[in-house]
Amino acid sequence: MIYTPSILAILLFSVIVITVLAISVFFARQSGSSKGYFAAGGTIPWSVNGIAFAGDYLSAASFLGICGMIAVAGYDGFLYSIGYLAGWIVALFVVAEPLKRLGKYTFADALDSKYNYRGIRLMAGISTLVVSIFYLIPQMVGAGALVTPLLGFPHYVGVIMVGSIVIFIVATAGMKSTTYVQFIKGALLIVFSTILVFAILNKGLSLKPGETYHDFIQIEATVEDNSVTAIADTSWTVTSQQQTKAGTFVQLEKSGVRRWFSLETAGNNSYLNEALSITKTTDGSVLYNGEPKEKEAFFQVGHLSRIIVDGKEIDKTGPLGPFKFLSTLEESEVVLFNSASFSNGQDSVSLWYQSPISGKKIMRPGLKFKVDKGSTITSKMDFVSLMLALFFGTSALPHVLIRYYTVPSPRDARKSTILAIVAIGFFYILTMYIGLGAMVNGVLDVQSSNMSAPLLAKAFGIFLFAIISAIAFATVLGTVSGLIVAAAGAVAHDLAASLFPSKDISDKARVVIGKTSAISVGVIAIFLGIIFKGMNVSFLVGWAFSIAASANFPAIIMMLFWKKTTAKGIVASVGTGMLSALLIILLSPSMFERYGLPADSAFWALDNPAIISIPISFAALIIGSLLTQKQKTS
Amino acid sequence: MDHGPAVEHEDDPASEYKTRLGVKLFIIYGIIYAGFVIINTFIPTFMETRIIFGLNLAVTYGFGLILLAIVLGLVYNSVCTKKEEELKNTGTDGGVS
Repeated sequence: MIYTPSILAILLFSVIVITVLAISVFFARQSGSSKGYFAAGGTIPWSVNGIAFAGDYLSAASFLGICGMIAVAGYDGFLYSIGYLAGWIVALFVVAEPLKRLGKYTFADALDSKYNYRGIRLMAGISTLVVSIFYLIPQMVGAGALVTPLLGFPHYVGVIMVGSIVIFIVATAGMKSTTYVQFIKGALLIVFSTILVFAILNKGLSLKPGETYHDFIQIEATVEDNSVTAIADTSWTVTSQQQTKAGTFVQLEKSGVRRWFSLETAGNNSYLNEALSITKTTDGSVLYNGEPKEKEAFFQVGHLSRIIVDGKEIDKTGPLGPFKFLSTLEESEVVLFNSASFSNGQDSVSLWYQSPISGKKIMRPGLKFKVDKGSTITSKMDFVSLMLALFFGTSALPHVLIRYYTVPSPRDARKSTILAIVAIGFFYILTMYIGLGAMVNGVLDVQSSNMSAPLLAKAFGIFLFAIISAIAFATVLGTVSGLIVAAAGAVAHDLAASLFPSKDISDKARVVIGKTSAISVGVIAIFLGIIFKGMNVSFLVGWAFSIAASANFPAIIMMLFWKKTTAKGIVASVGTGMLSALLIILLSPSMFERYGLPADSAFWALDNPAIISIPISFAALIIGSLLTQKQKTS
Repeated sequence: MDHGPAVEHEDDPASEYKTRLGVKLFIIYGIIYAGFVIINTFIPTFMETRIIFGLNLAVTYGFGLILLAIVLGLVYNSVCTKKEEELKNTGTDGGVS
């Protein structure tokens, strides 16, 4: 899409970033020790920690990814919200207090405190690093997506910017600053998202989303043998036709501008409906809807084609209550934009065409996840696998685990988890309205769903857009900071202790190692954030959950609840869980597309590994533990 | 190598009670969540069924899972806090319900 930056947005953005840096510098003086750097000295009040939990968790994936996915795939995007929230039940009821009672700074410390075995520290440290890096990728992708409309910079500049600011934050301050940044940001995110939802409901639903919304052209056509032979509007002339798997597309020309249309048939009549297109020509130029970029002819989309209230078809509803909004949408018809790509002579064409779909289908599963018509056993398995990963992954995420060590007692750990559930649960209900609001208010960027929520805010005024974008950017900053501290903790405490067991690493040296690791992980995250540009951030986070659920969750659960668990069993579980999840992801259809290969040439049709890798991890732990019982008793 | 606890804290006599309660509530929620995933996976069209306030089963069940998590969390906290206070006052070890 073509974005024009706004001065107000830039100003507000700058204020937020400067505030974040100021907090960081302020707390830097209080985090000289390793306890201060990695666990904020265990002094954070539970109420602050609870909202900081929410701030950590409501990352780019939640705010940008889920809202974006709901905006393009309806209810299927909301399934992420449900899975993410349900995961907190596992954290609260099973993991929070027992883990807190074990004390320590990291997940590996907790495991090691019971077994005192070097291999555990090494394996758990590696797993923390891998999960943190996988979780960092979507945050960086989100950062890149944000700065483009906000500041007018390309994607990679946003990624480098976030990476650099965060490296500065974590290399100077540590856990206390990230906690307070997350607290402020978590609170602001919930407040302004609520305001946005009020604005959506107050506006209601309308066939014309806004005064400036593009009027998509429809032209009656005569079709013979699947080919357009004449069109009703003679100011246009047919210049090309393409038959693809997705349908028939026709190029028309008027006043020297060529645009693409999709051919639709209704009864005995045929129509050409205007589409959006990006054409790359052989001379290297890129045309947006047949015109150069500066003509700004590549429109935002998303509208209703029919609104039905109590059985009557109307043009607009006026303000709606929260339940009426959802039920009206379910009765109505929405126009989504599907993508297709093909070659037209020497030109390469990417096209997004209108696809009307009933509200009933939008408000139930099946648009993104193949569980309905055309589904296979594997596609259903893929869905179950994702829901498993979301349920069991939350409590095994390093940056969630580390937050249990920042409060003074197990009771505080429990209270902050409950506060987090309330705040996060409320926010996830809001995502449904923000996502659907974006779907029908003409704000979508067909090239990337990630910006749906901030662009929706823009429809309600530049101030709301600026503040929401700035908060979203702070969201990324805070989450990335927390993740990098967790990863740095894993390197400084676990890997260093495993690799140099004979050396007594001083407290000061540990912080230096942690900060050096933070910088290195930050640089890796910048690199990966640029590579994964354009993928939905919630989908990417699903992978981090899968790895965490496979590598860490079985070890945590069995350590707490199975007395026969041995150190070697845990090492086997973390290792096989992590490697099997990684293997399935790296050879999945989505990764094959990233490699530039056809998705259907992937080794398997499964994108989400948890349904296979979690049982493998449990099996490895049980077998490993049973085989090493003698060593345990001796 | 042990780094010692990040924060020192007292022994918790209610820990066994809380663990058992936590596992029970987890199983209840887990079964309801599993039901949700099963319906979505195998009979997604059933999710179109109207339930309450004009909302379909998909939205009602989804919002319900979020609200249930909040309610169970508050119940768990209230019961645990009560038990902690009770055992703190009597100075006994945590019994199991």
